Amino acid sequence: MTVELLWWDGCPSHPEALAELRRILREEGVEAEVSRVQIEDDEQARRERFPGSPTIRIDGEDIVPPGEGDPFSLTCRVYRTRDGRFSPLPDPEDLREAIRSRAA
Amino acid sequence: MSLGIGDEAPAFTLPDTAGEEHSLEGPAVVVFTCNHCPYALAWHDRIADATRDYPSVRFLAVNPNDAERYPADSLDAMRERVESEDWPMPYLRDESQEVARAFGAKTTPDVFVIGADGRLRYRGAPDPDHRDPSLNASWLREALDSVLAGEDVARPETDPVGCSVKWRQ
Repeated sequence: MTVELLWWDGCPSHPEALAELRRILREEGVEAEVSRVQIEDDEQARRERFPGSPTIRIDGEDIVPPGEGDPFSLTCRVYRTRDGRFSPLPDPEDLREAIRSRAA
Repeated sequence: MSLGIGDEAPAFTLPDTAGEEHSLEGPAVVVFTCNHCPYALAWHDRIADATRDYPSVRFLAVNPNDAERYPADSLDAMRERVESEDWPMPYLRDESQEVARAFGAKTTPDVFVIGADGRLRYRGAPDPDHRDPSLNASWLREALDSVLAGEDVARPETDPVGCSVKWRQ
């Protein structure tokens, strides 16, 4: 399993995203290195199809696929938790589900 | 350079989403905020609730972000949001970014509480955790309670947490 965390330093959520990702991988018994990719400019954001920070991809697939037409740019990503709140991080259960479905 | 606690807040007049102009008069809360930042969105309802709970305080939400690079923060997008949501405070556009610079705003959100004397009494985050709605903008409310009681604010500064203000390049 390949696990990537794409991040931009204009958004303070990436350390928490990395900790959460590592915690859930550990809890699920998945031994995978998290590859960290820093996005530094708009050109790289477009090239990497980066919808915002943080973006987590497992085997190349975004765990919360962005909407069609969403721009690729240096921005903080808006997630929704399962109870409907706005959040700078994906819901931990969405992350867990994505890891489980790939690990199965 | 940031405004310090006890400093006189810079005077300003900015237009809201309907074109009406608003000026700073204490006691007031100036919140630099925006449409595209998850931290600003996560804290928005708590700040809106505080606006309703402190009717004697003027709340001003100010969006200073560069809308060319971040179209979600354009005046049109701000207007759409105000029209589709229940906003209890004016949402002001700081097109030149001069007000954000004068205050030394760093993030969205970044909260400034101004006393009746026009001086800064609190600056920072609304409360300790964007993830926990039950915190109910507690740091902001503590500051307002002190200001309205004529007392010193016990916790006058906290670190603002959120997306960086998107300055023009």
